[in-house]
Amino acid sequence: MKLLPSLVFGAVLAGAIAPAFAQEQFVALPSYRVGPYASGGSGFYGGIIDYFSLVNAAGGVNGVKIAWQECETEYNPSRGVECYERLKTQRGGATLVEPLSTSIAYGILDRIPKDKIPMTMIGYGRSDAANGKVFPYVFPLISSYWSQAAAMVKYLADKNGGSLKGKKIVHLYHDSAFGKEPLPVLEALATQQGFELVKIPVAPPGSEQQAQWLQIRQARPDHVILWGWGVMNSVAIKTAQRNGFPREKILGVWWAGSEEDTVPSGDAAKGYTAMSFNTPGNYPVLDEIRAKLYKTGKGNLADQARIGSVYHMRGVTAGILFVEAMRTAQDKFGKGKPVTGEQLRWGLEHLNLDAARQKAIGAVNMFPTVKTSCEDHEGSGAVKVQQWDGKKWNAITPNWIVGDRALVKKLVDDSSNKYAAEKNIKPACMP
Amino acid sequence: MFYREAGQFRTTYEADGQILPIRQDRIFLLATLAVAVLAVPFIASPYLLSAILIPFLIFSLAALGLNILTGYAGQLSLGTAAFMAVGAFASWNFVARIPGIPMLLAFVLGGLCAALVGIAFGLPSLRIRGFYLAAATLATQFFVIWCLTKISWLTNYSPSGVITAQQIEIMGYAFDTPQRKYVLVLLVVALLALLAKNLVRSNVGRSWMAVRDMDMAAEVVGIRPLRTKLLAFAVSSFYCGVAGALYAFAYLGTVEPEAYNLDLSFRILFMIIIGGVGSILGSFLGAAFIVLLPVFLNIVAHGLALPTSVASNLELMVFGALIIFFLIVEPHGLARLWQIGKEKLRLWPFPH
Repeated sequence: MKLLPSLVFGAVLAGAIAPAFAQEQFVALPSYRVGPYASGGSGFYGGIIDYFSLVNAAGGVNGVKIAWQECETEYNPSRGVECYERLKTQRGGATLVEPLSTSIAYGILDRIPKDKIPMTMIGYGRSDAANGKVFPYVFPLISSYWSQAAAMVKYLADKNGGSLKGKKIVHLYHDSAFGKEPLPVLEALATQQGFELVKIPVAPPGSEQQAQWLQIRQARPDHVILWGWGVMNSVAIKTAQRNGFPREKILGVWWAGSEEDTVPSGDAAKGYTAMSFNTPGNYPVLDEIRAKLYKTGKGNLADQARIGSVYHMRGVTAGILFVEAMRTAQDKFGKGKPVTGEQLRWGLEHLNLDAARQKAIGAVNMFPTVKTSCEDHEGSGAVKVQQWDGKKWNAITPNWIVGDRALVKKLVDDSSNKYAAEKNIKPACMP
Repeated sequence: MFYREAGQFRTTYEADGQILPIRQDRIFLLATLAVAVLAVPFIASPYLLSAILIPFLIFSLAALGLNILTGYAGQLSLGTAAFMAVGAFASWNFVARIPGIPMLLAFVLGGLCAALVGIAFGLPSLRIRGFYLAAATLATQFFVIWCLTKISWLTNYSPSGVITAQQIEIMGYAFDTPQRKYVLVLLVVALLALLAKNLVRSNVGRSWMAVRDMDMAAEVVGIRPLRTKLLAFAVSSFYCGVAGALYAFAYLGTVEPEAYNLDLSFRILFMIIIGGVGSILGSFLGAAFIVLLPVFLNIVAHGLALPTSVASNLELMVFGALIIFFLIVEPHGLARLWQIGKEKLRLWPFPH
């Protein structure tokens, strides 16, 4: 009996799998639009799909239309793995996957080299995956957590006249894999630059932080790094206000820097700063999305006011990177036909989005210049700091900030080589 | 008709005491097992194996563990996922720290570690029961996850606290394809299910049920409640621990605390409630229901071309409604429905 439902189900499933589609570049999107992180997921995947629709409306990438399929993961690793397994064989096979979840990314990390499907981790995940010799199919594009942490310290040092010597910085973090990821960088920089690092964990989900902020008030830090996620962020901002801690001294991670984090905090969030790898504002590409998609009812977001919001713009950025990778791969392997996962991997490894290319897309300065190589799957590491003025985010650093790249590189090499030894991988560049 | 027992006589105590006294059941089970071992790995697609059947078997094992504790010994528990986490992390550490340790031995040791934790957190069960015990086991859930995020030795000082599971290798044979993993999981689950079935029929199982039905009376007739309850906790946690190790090694590929959150505990609790509390078969039916239904609804919604946000909310609604429907129509779960069906088939086509 226990097998019968599975077999019946299998038969149904076999019927559901569509035959191979020609002239389509298929992307797997294990997304989440319900559950605790729905606000981030809907904005991000909405942005990717909006950009794909825009490209398809203009005829696709050299005539190749982009196809995609979503699968609801609810941010749950188990469902994420199931979604990946389901999506990877659809429509002749997925050639790219972006789960936007550290746990799901870890869950499929070992499967993607076997399936030859490149995975991007834009702004999250394993920082050491920047080493393409060990992780040929993984791309933590634009900036990893380690680059972000190094840039945060750089920004704070600049703010304090170039040195953090004798200063005190509190790292208030989500007590999970995500919150602990930057610790190696912060600890190394604390010894190197002579500032005191006070680590204060917040138990997930972080809806109660009275004790932590009392501790912060007693420690009298010069800065607080808020490494939060979801509900933890607005609670932190509100509790800081109640404890009379100036919001200008709080610097949030980029998952603590969206409208969804600040709007619920109301006035308490005014003056709060956070990291970003986008420059907030309006861009020709967003106007195009408004005009060509939302005017004709083809946009993905239900609420048009969210066009150009932090998560939506992050999704559009991801979409641009994917499309450029397809373009790059087609330039090498033949224009006008879909590329395979292996070829797209090559494209992702040879991205070059300089100012000129960004201008052609209509997104100048929306994100930093991205130039990837086998040694550097991150391609940039540059970030910006943005401030909430009570209504919207504004960039307060005109230039892109880059932290201590040498230190990050060393940590990446150490950690990825350890992984390679554990897994018996021989580090090498792929042709 | 299908279950007509005419002509099946049991003339010895052995025949009377066997697990499946009806010949049709025996044939059916053996046929199912034969298909599962000999045919499924060759005909099923890798997706079906690695995304559906493997998690289904692993959740069945976890549900079996919880069923032993809750269904047979009557001790409510919300810490199932925590015991699974202990099993997974312990197995990972045994493999990582003792070079050359046989993988199956690591799973067993992981299960034993989970059993020890289960005993420790089962201690309050002598004094408290029902919902209060559920709250106490909830503490296991929070404590274990807290420990795993706090003590970085357990994750071998990995900066993010997430570690990738080692490849399963038994006697030089690598279990790296979905087919091989499926066969391994199937064998482990089948073996442990058989063990569980025998355990609940033995005097240990009888004393669990006695304690469940009325522990005062059980004590009067000479059953030691503390020992019985702790044994139930130990056996149940062992099952959950092995399930957790399989979940990490054969399904997810990573070992991380997040994967063993409270949500998982609840899902396993739903499995035994829907499948049938106090039934071995029910654990499998419940796991199948909880694993397959969301996937099935998801695919149906995709076939109807619904927007994903509508589809996933619809999925939650249908799921919730079905659970309520099942609980109203058959509070004893799917296993009881199967039993009723069997009784009807015995008389079919001539009902009384």
